[in-house]
Amino acid sequence: MTDPTGLVAAGAVLAAATGFGVFRSRRDGRLRDTGREAALRLSPADLGTSLGERATLVQFSTSLCATCPGTRRLLAGVAAESPGVRLVEIDAEARLDLVRRVEVMRTPTVLVLDRAGRVVRRASGAPSRADVTSALALATAH
Amino acid sequence: MPDPIPGAPVRVDPRGPRFAAALTTLVLFLVLATGSGVLLAAQAVVFALGAFLGLRRSPYAWVYRRLVRPRLGPPGELEDERPPRFAQGVGLAFAVAGAAGYLSGATWLGIGATAAALAAAFLNAAFGYCLGCEAYLLAVRGRARLGEG
Repeated sequence: MTDPTGLVAAGAVLAAATGFGVFRSRRDGRLRDTGREAALRLSPADLGTSLGERATLVQFSTSLCATCPGTRRLLAGVAAESPGVRLVEIDAEARLDLVRRVEVMRTPTVLVLDRAGRVVRRASGAPSRADVTSALALATAH
Repeated sequence: MPDPIPGAPVRVDPRGPRFAAALTTLVLFLVLATGSGVLLAAQAVVFALGAFLGLRRSPYAWVYRRLVRPRLGPPGELEDERPPRFAQGVGLAFAVAGAAGYLSGATWLGIGATAAALAAAFLNAAFGYCLGCEAYLLAVRGRARLGEG
């Protein structure tokens, strides 16, 4: 009972988890630039459906993902308001080939594709509406 | 409470699992402070009830319904039970390993497994971040890779 090892471990874990949590919440869902030159390109065959005329939002989901339904509602809302923009949702478990190619590590992962299917922005975690809107403006500018 | 439609995913008040994570954090902290394998075994039973019978059957969910929810009012939206339920299963694995460690004298195993579970419970309670859920896709990827090899 007097052995302090457990308490020390508890303190260390709580400190580390707090650091991780703060770091994570800062980065979570941020749509990052993936670099247009080296961009990965997804074809209609990869997606199993045609690309949007101006841009495509791709969401990787799993059934065991708490924030996926909320993200899907947000993206569907944005896509509905933006002409020529299409939302494609991909079941990550059914498409492990694509998951590996795109290096999806968690769900939701959101990709913003331009009209040619190039990945111009990506977010891991649930993105904000403002971030999605500005990423779309960028993707459709080309 | 009305019975859910058979086959439809059960939906729960998201604040329930979050409250349960806060209680779990407290219990796991006490386990580490006291080195009590029995307390950890009790937490393992709580995890097992949530994972196998559904989150609503967990004692922590009962406490939430009786004491907390009446003060909060109805939830803004419901969430699918499966992700947090899967995470309860992950917690169960760690709690069983940890309890076995403490009770058999392998204290290092008890501390290690409990510390890992504490990290996950705390991240859920404090940040709403479900580590067990995040691990799911990685587990599926890993399994598929093993299947190929």
